[in-house]
Amino acid sequence: MTTDRIPVIPRGVRRHHDAVRGREVLLGPERALMLDDTAVAILAAVDGTRSLGDIAGHLSAAYNAPRDVIEPDVVAFLDGLADQMLIAYA
Amino acid sequence: MPDTSHTLIQPPIAMLAELTHRCPLACPYCSNPLEMTQKGAELDTDTWLRAFREAAEMGVLQIHLSGGEPVSRRDIVDLARGAREAGLYVNLITSGIGLTEKRLQALEPFVDHIQLSLQGITAAVADRIGGYDGGFDRKMHVAELIGQMGFPLTLNAVMHRHNLDDLPATLDMALRLGARRIEIACVQFQGWALKNRAMLQPSRDQVNEAKRIVAEARKALKGRLAIDFVPPDYYADYPKACMGGGWGSTGLNIAPDGKVLPCHAAETIPSLTFQTIAEASLRDIWYDSPAFNAFRGTDWMPDLCKTCDRRDIDFGGCRCQAMAIAGDPAATDPVCRKSPHRALVDAALDIDVVDGPQPEFIYRRL
Repeated sequence: MTTDRIPVIPRGVRRHHDAVRGREVLLGPERALMLDDTAVAILAAVDGTRSLGDIAGHLSAAYNAPRDVIEPDVVAFLDGLADQMLIAYA
Repeated sequence: MPDTSHTLIQPPIAMLAELTHRCPLACPYCSNPLEMTQKGAELDTDTWLRAFREAAEMGVLQIHLSGGEPVSRRDIVDLARGAREAGLYVNLITSGIGLTEKRLQALEPFVDHIQLSLQGITAAVADRIGGYDGGFDRKMHVAELIGQMGFPLTLNAVMHRHNLDDLPATLDMALRLGARRIEIACVQFQGWALKNRAMLQPSRDQVNEAKRIVAEARKALKGRLAIDFVPPDYYADYPKACMGGGWGSTGLNIAPDGKVLPCHAAETIPSLTFQTIAEASLRDIWYDSPAFNAFRGTDWMPDLCKTCDRRDIDFGGCRCQAMAIAGDPAATDPVCRKSPHRALVDAALDIDVVDGPQPEFIYRRL
Protein backbone atom coordinates (compact mmCIF):
# COMPACT_ATOMS: atom_id res chain seq x y z
CA MET A 1 0.00 0.00 0.00
CA THR A 2 1.28 3.42 -0.91
CA THR A 3 1.80 6.41 1.34
CA ASP A 4 0.17 8.88 -1.06
CA ARG A 5 -3.29 8.03 0.28
CA ILE A 6 -5.00 10.95 2.03
CA PRO A 7 -6.72 10.08 5.31
CA VAL A 8 -9.76 12.02 6.46
CA ILE A 9 -11.81 11.83 9.63
CA PRO A 10 -15.28 11.00 8.31
CA ARG A 11 -18.53 12.56 9.45
CA GLY A 12 -19.76 10.76 12.56
CA VAL A 13 -16.25 10.52 14.01
CA ARG A 14 -14.75 13.29 16.10
CA ARG A 15 -12.11 14.07 18.66
CA HIS A 16 -13.25 15.02 22.12
CA HIS A 17 -11.50 16.18 25.26
CA ASP A 18 -12.65 13.95 28.11
CA ALA A 19 -12.39 16.30 31.08
CA VAL A 20 -13.37 13.61 33.61
CA ARG A 21 -10.56 11.23 32.64
CA GLY A 22 -8.22 14.00 31.53
CA ARG A 23 -7.69 12.40 28.12
CA GLU A 24 -8.28 12.93 24.44
CA VAL A 25 -10.69 10.43 22.91
CA LEU A 26 -11.87 9.61 19.42
CA LEU A 27 -15.63 9.12 19.33
CA GLY A 28 -17.45 7.22 16.61
CA PRO A 29 -20.38 4.84 16.27
CA GLU A 30 -20.23 2.52 19.31
CA ARG A 31 -16.58 3.48 19.77
CA ALA A 32 -14.73 5.58 22.32
CA LEU A 33 -11.01 5.26 21.72
CA MET A 34 -8.70 6.65 24.39
CA LEU A 35 -5.80 8.35 22.60
CA ASP A 36 -2.19 8.53 23.75
CA ASP A 37 0.07 11.48 22.89
CA THR A 38 1.30 9.87 19.68
CA ALA A 39 -2.25 9.17 18.50
CA VAL A 40 -3.27 12.75 19.28
CA ALA A 41 -0.33 14.09 17.28
CA ILE A 42 -1.09 11.90 14.28
CA LEU A 43 -4.81 12.73 14.26
CA ALA A 44 -4.05 16.43 14.65
CA ALA A 45 -2.05 16.17 11.42
CA VAL A 46 -4.98 14.59 9.56
CA ASP A 47 -6.38 17.66 7.80
CA GLY A 48 -7.89 16.21 4.64
CA THR A 49 -5.05 17.47 2.44
CA ARG A 50 -1.94 15.74 3.81
CA SER A 51 -1.13 12.23 2.57
CA LEU A 52 0.21 9.52 4.87
CA GLY A 53 3.71 10.43 3.68
CA ASP A 54 3.09 14.14 4.30
CA ILE A 55 1.91 13.37 7.83
CA ALA A 56 5.02 11.32 8.54
CA GLY A 57 7.18 14.12 7.17
CA HIS A 58 5.34 16.74 9.19
CA LEU A 59 5.68 14.78 12.45
CA SER A 60 9.30 13.93 11.70
CA ALA A 61 10.09 17.64 11.44
CA ALA A 62 7.92 18.67 14.38
CA TYR A 63 9.35 16.09 16.76
CA ASN A 64 12.82 15.91 15.28
CA ALA A 65 12.56 12.16 14.80
CA PRO A 66 13.69 9.97 11.89
CA ARG A 67 11.00 9.71 9.24
CA ASP A 68 11.69 6.05 8.45
CA VAL A 69 10.82 5.24 12.07
CA ILE A 70 7.71 7.41 12.17
CA GLU A 71 6.16 6.49 8.84
CA PRO A 72 5.34 2.83 9.58
CA ASP A 73 3.71 3.88 12.87
CA VAL A 74 1.59 6.51 11.15
CA VAL A 75 0.46 4.06 8.46
CA ALA A 76 -0.27 1.25 10.94
CA PHE A 77 -2.24 3.51 13.26
CA LEU A 78 -4.39 5.11 10.57
CA ASP A 79 -4.92 1.84 8.67
CA GLY A 80 -6.06 0.31 11.95
CA LEU A 81 -8.62 3.08 12.35
CA ALA A 82 -9.65 2.68 8.70
CA ASP A 83 -10.40 -1.00 9.34
CA GLN A 84 -12.84 0.16 12.02
CA MET A 85 -14.22 2.79 9.61
CA LEU A 86 -13.00 5.57 11.91
CA ILE A 87 -10.79 6.93 9.13
CA ALA A 88 -11.59 7.13 5.43
CA TYR A 89 -9.14 7.54 2.57
CA ALA A 90 -10.03 10.27 0.11
CA MET B 1 -22.68 -3.73 50.78
CA PRO B 2 -19.16 -3.44 49.35
CA ASP B 3 -16.83 -0.62 50.22
CA THR B 4 -17.57 2.23 47.85
CA SER B 5 -14.37 4.19 48.07
CA HIS B 6 -14.66 4.56 44.27
CA THR B 7 -11.05 3.61 43.69
CA LEU B 8 -11.89 0.50 41.68
CA ILE B 9 -15.11 1.66 40.07
CA GLN B 10 -14.53 3.41 36.76
CA PRO B 11 -16.96 6.00 35.45
CA PRO B 12 -19.39 4.76 32.77
CA ILE B 13 -18.64 5.38 29.08
CA ALA B 14 -22.07 4.96 27.52
CA MET B 15 -25.67 5.51 28.53
CA LEU B 16 -28.79 4.08 26.93
CA ALA B 17 -31.71 6.46 27.32
CA GLU B 18 -34.95 4.60 26.74
CA LEU B 19 -37.01 7.73 26.15
CA THR B 20 -40.32 5.90 25.71
CA HIS B 21 -41.76 2.43 25.41
CA ARG B 22 -44.18 3.62 22.73
CA CYS B 23 -43.39 2.19 19.31
CA PRO B 24 -45.30 1.67 16.05
CA LEU B 25 -43.63 -1.73 15.68
CA ALA B 26 -44.36 -4.81 17.76
CA CYS B 27 -41.24 -6.94 17.20
CA PRO B 28 -41.55 -10.21 19.13
CA TYR B 29 -37.92 -9.93 20.32
CA CYS B 30 -38.17 -6.39 21.68
CA SER B 31 -35.61 -5.70 24.41
CA ASN B 32 -38.12 -3.68 26.43
CA PRO B 33 -39.47 -5.35 29.57
CA LEU B 34 -42.75 -7.28 29.51
CA GLU B 35 -44.24 -4.65 31.83
CA MET B 36 -43.90 -1.38 30.00
CA THR B 37 -44.27 2.26 31.00
CA GLN B 38 -47.31 4.18 29.73
CA LYS B 39 -46.91 7.62 28.19
CA GLY B 40 -48.19 9.41 31.29
CA ALA B 41 -45.39 7.98 33.43
CA GLU B 42 -42.56 9.01 31.09
CA LEU B 43 -39.94 11.49 32.29
CA ASP B 44 -40.47 15.04 31.10
CA THR B 45 -38.03 16.96 28.91
CA ASP B 46 -36.28 18.84 31.71
CA THR B 47 -35.64 15.71 33.74
CA TRP B 48 -34.06 13.98 30.75
CA LEU B 49 -31.90 17.03 30.06
CA ARG B 50 -30.73 17.03 33.67
CA ALA B 51 -29.90 13.32 33.39
CA PHE B 52 -27.83 13.99 30.25
CA ARG B 53 -25.85 16.72 32.03
CA GLU B 54 -25.28 14.52 35.07
CA ALA B 55 -24.15 11.70 32.80
CA ALA B 56 -21.65 13.88 30.96
CA GLU B 57 -20.32 15.33 34.22
CA MET B 58 -19.61 11.85 35.59
CA GLY B 59 -17.75 10.69 32.48
CA VAL B 60 -20.33 9.30 30.04
CA LEU B 61 -19.09 9.98 26.49
CA GLN B 62 -21.86 8.51 24.37
CA ILE B 63 -25.63 8.65 24.67
CA HIS B 64 -27.89 6.28 22.82
CA LEU B 65 -31.34 7.82 22.35
CA SER B 66 -33.55 4.79 22.14
CA GLY B 67 -36.95 3.42 23.14
CA GLY B 68 -39.40 2.07 22.09
CA GLU B 69 -39.25 4.42 19.19
CA PRO B 70 -37.43 7.57 20.37
CA VAL B 71 -38.94 9.77 17.66
CA SER B 72 -42.36 8.99 19.16
CA ARG B 73 -41.32 11.67 21.67
CA ARG B 74 -42.54 15.06 20.45
CA ASP B 75 -39.53 16.64 22.17
CA ILE B 76 -36.96 14.44 20.42
CA VAL B 77 -35.19 17.43 18.81
CA ASP B 78 -34.93 19.24 22.17
CA LEU B 79 -33.61 16.06 23.78
CA ALA B 80 -31.00 15.56 21.06
CA ARG B 81 -29.95 19.19 21.33
CA GLY B 82 -29.65 18.94 25.11
CA ALA B 83 -27.59 15.79 24.90
CA ARG B 84 -25.22 17.34 22.38
CA GLU B 85 -24.93 20.55 24.39
CA ALA B 86 -24.06 18.45 27.44
CA GLY B 87 -21.02 17.29 25.45
CA LEU B 88 -22.20 13.83 24.54
CA TYR B 89 -21.78 11.88 21.30
CA VAL B 90 -25.40 11.42 20.25
CA ASN B 91 -26.53 8.18 18.65
CA LEU B 92 -30.17 7.91 17.59
CA ILE B 93 -31.44 4.32 17.62
CA THR B 94 -34.62 4.25 15.54
CA SER B 95 -36.89 2.11 13.38
CA GLY B 96 -37.15 5.14 11.10
CA ILE B 97 -40.94 5.14 11.39
CA GLY B 98 -42.01 8.67 12.22
CA LEU B 99 -38.94 10.35 10.74
CA THR B 100 -39.54 12.80 7.92
CA GLU B 101 -37.11 14.91 5.91
CA LYS B 102 -38.07 17.94 7.97
CA ARG B 103 -37.49 16.13 11.25
CA LEU B 104 -34.20 14.69 10.09
CA GLN B 105 -33.04 18.18 9.17
CA ALA B 106 -34.04 19.45 12.61
CA LEU B 107 -32.08 16.61 14.24
CA GLU B 108 -29.04 16.89 11.98
CA PRO B 109 -27.05 19.51 13.97
CA PHE B 110 -27.31 17.47 17.18
CA VAL B 111 -27.23 13.82 16.18
CA ASP B 112 -23.78 12.38 15.42
CA HIS B 113 -24.95 9.08 14.05
CA ILE B 114 -28.11 7.12 13.27
CA GLN B 115 -28.59 3.46 13.98
CA LEU B 116 -31.48 2.13 11.91
CA SER B 117 -33.09 -1.15 12.87
CA LEU B 118 -33.76 -3.72 10.18
CA GLN B 119 -36.38 -6.43 10.67
CA GLY B 120 -35.80 -8.06 7.29
CA ILE B 121 -34.79 -7.28 3.72
CA THR B 122 -38.23 -7.78 2.17
CA ALA B 123 -41.56 -6.26 3.12
CA ALA B 124 -43.00 -9.74 3.58
CA VAL B 125 -40.52 -10.71 6.31
CA ALA B 126 -39.97 -7.27 7.86
CA ASP B 127 -43.64 -6.38 8.20
CA ARG B 128 -44.47 -9.76 9.66
CA ILE B 129 -41.72 -9.38 12.28
CA GLY B 130 -42.57 -5.76 13.02
CA GLY B 131 -46.30 -6.50 13.08
CA TYR B 132 -46.87 -3.34 11.02
CA ASP B 133 -48.05 -3.39 7.41
CA GLY B 134 -46.21 -0.88 5.24
CA GLY B 135 -43.46 -0.39 7.84
CA PHE B 136 -40.73 -1.73 5.57
CA ASP B 137 -41.54 0.68 2.72
CA ARG B 138 -41.60 3.63 5.11
CA LYS B 139 -38.28 2.55 6.61
CA MET B 140 -36.66 2.25 3.19
CA HIS B 141 -37.86 5.75 2.32
CA VAL B 142 -36.28 7.12 5.51
CA ALA B 143 -33.09 5.16 4.82
CA GLU B 144 -32.83 6.87 1.43
CA LEU B 145 -33.26 10.29 3.07
CA ILE B 146 -30.59 9.47 5.63
CA GLY B 147 -28.26 8.48 2.78
CA GLN B 148 -28.98 11.62 0.76
CA MET B 149 -28.21 13.78 3.79
CA GLY B 150 -24.92 11.97 4.30
CA PHE B 151 -25.89 11.06 7.85
CA PRO B 152 -23.48 8.50 9.31
CA LEU B 153 -25.47 5.27 9.39
CA THR B 154 -25.28 1.88 11.05
CA LEU B 155 -27.80 -0.78 10.14
CA ASN B 156 -28.85 -2.86 13.10
CA ALA B 157 -30.06 -6.15 11.67
CA VAL B 158 -31.65 -8.35 14.30
CA MET B 159 -31.29 -11.93 13.10
CA HIS B 160 -33.10 -15.16 13.91
CA ARG B 161 -34.54 -18.26 12.25
CA HIS B 162 -36.70 -16.26 9.82
CA ASN B 163 -34.03 -13.99 8.34
CA LEU B 164 -30.59 -15.44 9.06
CA ASP B 165 -30.55 -17.11 5.63
CA ASP B 166 -30.83 -13.60 4.12
CA LEU B 167 -27.50 -12.52 5.64
CA PRO B 168 -25.65 -11.98 2.30
CA ALA B 169 -28.50 -9.82 0.98
CA THR B 170 -28.58 -7.96 4.31
CA LEU B 171 -24.92 -7.04 3.89
CA ASP B 172 -25.65 -5.94 0.31
CA MET B 173 -28.43 -3.71 1.59
CA ALA B 174 -26.06 -2.04 4.06
CA LEU B 175 -23.69 -1.21 1.21
CA ARG B 176 -26.49 -0.02 -1.04
CA LEU B 177 -27.80 2.32 1.67
CA GLY B 178 -24.33 3.74 2.27
CA ALA B 179 -24.02 2.42 5.83
CA ARG B 180 -20.44 2.37 7.08
CA ARG B 181 -21.26 -0.16 9.74
CA ILE B 182 -23.67 -3.05 10.32
CA GLU B 183 -24.56 -4.94 13.45
CA ILE B 184 -25.56 -8.51 12.80
CA ALA B 185 -27.23 -9.03 16.14
CA CYS B 186 -28.62 -12.49 16.72
CA VAL B 187 -31.57 -12.32 19.08
CA GLN B 188 -30.64 -12.52 22.76
CA PHE B 189 -33.26 -14.37 24.73
CA GLN B 190 -34.54 -12.00 27.38
CA GLY B 191 -38.01 -10.57 27.91
CA TRP B 192 -40.17 -10.70 24.76
CA ALA B 193 -37.60 -12.75 22.88
CA LEU B 194 -37.64 -15.36 25.61
CA LYS B 195 -41.43 -15.64 25.23
CA ASN B 196 -40.90 -16.21 21.48
CA ARG B 197 -37.78 -18.33 21.70
CA ALA B 198 -39.34 -21.34 20.00
CA MET B 199 -40.21 -19.14 16.99
CA LEU B 200 -36.90 -17.31 16.81
CA GLN B 201 -34.13 -19.77 17.68
CA PRO B 202 -32.02 -20.41 14.57
CA SER B 203 -30.73 -23.88 13.69
CA ARG B 204 -27.13 -24.89 14.21
CA ASP B 205 -26.65 -25.05 10.43
CA GLN B 206 -27.92 -21.50 10.05
CA VAL B 207 -25.55 -20.29 12.75
CA ASN B 208 -22.51 -22.02 11.29
CA GLU B 209 -23.26 -20.64 7.83
CA ALA B 210 -23.74 -17.13 9.27
CA LYS B 211 -20.34 -17.30 10.99
CA ARG B 212 -18.69 -18.36 7.74
CA ILE B 213 -20.38 -15.55 5.78
CA VAL B 214 -19.39 -12.94 8.38
CA ALA B 215 -15.76 -14.07 8.40
CA GLU B 216 -15.58 -13.85 4.59
CA ALA B 217 -17.42 -10.53 4.40
CA ARG B 218 -15.14 -8.95 7.01
CA LYS B 219 -12.18 -9.64 4.71
CA ALA B 220 -13.92 -8.76 1.47
CA LEU B 221 -15.48 -5.52 2.77
CA LYS B 222 -12.54 -4.25 4.81
CA GLY B 223 -12.46 -0.46 4.64
CA ARG B 224 -15.99 -0.31 3.19
CA LEU B 225 -18.19 -1.78 5.90
CA ALA B 226 -17.44 -2.55 9.54
CA ILE B 227 -19.29 -5.67 10.68
CA ASP B 228 -20.15 -6.30 14.31
CA PHE B 229 -21.44 -9.81 14.84
CA VAL B 230 -23.33 -10.83 17.98
CA PRO B 231 -23.55 -14.63 17.82
CA PRO B 232 -26.49 -16.44 19.40
CA ASP B 233 -25.76 -17.36 23.00
CA TYR B 234 -27.24 -20.83 23.13
CA TYR B 235 -24.83 -22.17 20.49
CA ALA B 236 -21.79 -20.68 22.20
CA ASP B 237 -19.33 -22.52 24.43
CA TYR B 238 -18.72 -19.54 26.67
CA PRO B 239 -20.95 -16.64 27.71
CA LYS B 240 -20.67 -13.02 26.70
CA ALA B 241 -19.50 -10.51 29.26
CA CYS B 242 -22.34 -8.47 30.75
CA MET B 243 -22.34 -5.08 28.99
CA GLY B 244 -18.93 -5.79 27.46
CA GLY B 245 -16.91 -5.35 30.66
CA GLY B 246 -19.05 -6.73 33.46
CA TRP B 247 -22.01 -5.48 35.51
CA GLY B 248 -21.78 -1.79 36.34
CA SER B 249 -18.44 -1.40 34.56
CA THR B 250 -18.95 0.60 31.37
CA GLY B 251 -22.58 1.42 30.75
CA LEU B 252 -25.94 2.23 32.27
CA ASN B 253 -29.51 2.52 31.16
CA ILE B 254 -32.35 4.85 32.08
CA ALA B 255 -35.87 3.50 31.56
CA PRO B 256 -38.74 5.77 30.41
CA ASP B 257 -39.93 6.23 34.01
CA GLY B 258 -36.45 7.24 35.21
CA LYS B 259 -35.31 3.96 36.74
CA VAL B 260 -31.55 3.65 36.44
CA LEU B 261 -30.50 0.13 35.43
CA PRO B 262 -27.19 -1.65 34.85
CA CYS B 263 -28.69 -3.11 31.65
CA HIS B 264 -32.02 -3.07 29.86
CA ALA B 265 -33.07 -6.46 31.25
CA ALA B 266 -31.93 -5.93 34.85
CA GLU B 267 -35.47 -5.57 36.15
CA THR B 268 -35.95 -9.31 35.54
CA ILE B 269 -33.86 -9.86 38.69
CA PRO B 270 -36.48 -9.61 41.43
CA SER B 271 -34.03 -9.36 44.34
CA LEU B 272 -32.75 -5.97 43.15
CA THR B 273 -34.32 -2.57 43.76
CA PHE B 274 -33.63 0.22 41.31
CA GLN B 275 -33.66 3.92 42.09
CA THR B 276 -34.93 6.60 39.76
CA ILE B 277 -33.11 9.79 38.83
CA ALA B 278 -35.78 11.64 40.83
CA GLU B 279 -34.63 9.80 43.96
CA ALA B 280 -30.85 10.11 43.65
CA SER B 281 -28.14 11.55 41.43
CA LEU B 282 -26.77 9.37 38.64
CA ARG B 283 -23.41 9.52 40.37
CA ASP B 284 -24.75 8.18 43.65
CA ILE B 285 -26.66 5.43 41.88
CA TRP B 286 -23.66 4.39 39.78
CA TYR B 287 -21.13 4.30 42.62
CA ASP B 288 -23.15 3.56 45.74
CA SER B 289 -26.45 1.83 45.01
CA PRO B 290 -26.80 -1.82 46.11
CA ALA B 291 -28.15 -2.78 42.67
CA PHE B 292 -25.09 -1.47 40.79
CA ASN B 293 -22.74 -3.05 43.31
CA ALA B 294 -24.56 -6.40 43.40
CA PHE B 295 -22.42 -8.08 40.72
CA ARG B 296 -19.35 -5.88 40.53
CA GLY B 297 -15.92 -7.42 40.99
CA THR B 298 -15.56 -11.12 41.82
CA ASP B 299 -16.90 -11.49 45.39
CA TRP B 300 -20.40 -12.43 44.20
CA MET B 301 -19.15 -15.16 41.86
CA PRO B 302 -19.59 -18.89 42.35
CA ASP B 303 -16.24 -20.69 42.83
CA LEU B 304 -16.54 -22.06 39.30
CA CYS B 305 -16.18 -18.51 37.94
CA LYS B 306 -13.80 -17.21 40.61
CA THR B 307 -11.23 -19.88 39.79
CA CYS B 308 -11.82 -19.90 36.01
CA ASP B 309 -9.11 -18.67 33.63
CA ARG B 310 -11.85 -16.81 31.74
CA ARG B 311 -12.93 -14.91 34.85
CA ASP B 312 -11.60 -11.60 33.56
CA ILE B 313 -12.82 -12.22 30.01
CA ASP B 314 -16.52 -12.89 30.50
CA PHE B 315 -16.98 -12.01 34.21
CA GLY B 316 -19.35 -14.94 34.73
CA GLY B 317 -21.53 -13.89 31.79
CA CYS B 318 -25.03 -12.45 31.79
CA ARG B 319 -26.77 -12.10 35.18
CA CYS B 320 -30.18 -11.82 33.55
CA GLN B 321 -29.62 -15.04 31.61
CA ALA B 322 -28.56 -16.79 34.83
CA MET B 323 -31.82 -15.54 36.35
CA ALA B 324 -33.93 -16.56 33.35
CA ILE B 325 -32.55 -20.08 32.94
CA ALA B 326 -31.10 -21.09 36.31
CA GLY B 327 -33.42 -19.00 38.46
CA ASP B 328 -30.39 -17.53 40.25
CA PRO B 329 -28.83 -14.21 39.22
CA ALA B 330 -25.55 -15.14 40.95
CA ALA B 331 -25.11 -18.44 39.08
CA THR B 332 -22.63 -18.98 36.27
CA ASP B 333 -24.26 -18.02 32.97
CA PRO B 334 -25.90 -21.34 31.92
CA VAL B 335 -24.56 -20.88 28.38
CA CYS B 336 -21.07 -21.71 29.72
CA ARG B 337 -19.94 -25.28 28.94
CA LYS B 338 -18.76 -25.57 32.55
CA SER B 339 -22.08 -24.48 34.06
CA PRO B 340 -24.06 -27.11 35.98
CA HIS B 341 -27.11 -25.67 34.21
CA ARG B 342 -25.81 -26.08 30.64
CA ALA B 343 -28.10 -29.09 30.15
CA LEU B 344 -31.07 -26.70 30.41
CA VAL B 345 -29.74 -24.71 27.45
CA ASP B 346 -29.19 -27.85 25.37
CA ALA B 347 -32.66 -29.10 26.26
CA ALA B 348 -34.13 -25.76 25.16
CA LEU B 349 -32.34 -26.05 21.80
CA ASP B 350 -33.80 -29.55 21.35
CA ILE B 351 -37.31 -28.41 22.14
CA ASP B 352 -37.19 -25.20 20.08
CA VAL B 353 -35.28 -26.36 17.03
CA VAL B 354 -35.76 -30.12 16.80
CA ASP B 355 -39.38 -30.35 17.94
CA GLY B 356 -40.33 -27.31 15.89
CA PRO B 357 -41.62 -23.81 16.45
CA GLN B 358 -44.63 -22.53 18.31
CA PRO B 359 -47.65 -21.68 16.10
CA GLU B 360 -47.44 -17.86 16.15
CA PHE B 361 -45.48 -14.88 17.43
CA ILE B 362 -46.48 -13.24 20.65
CA TYR B 363 -46.17 -9.59 19.63
CA ARG B 364 -44.86 -6.90 21.91
CA ARG B 365 -47.68 -4.50 22.66
CA LEU B 366 -47.74 -1.67 25.17
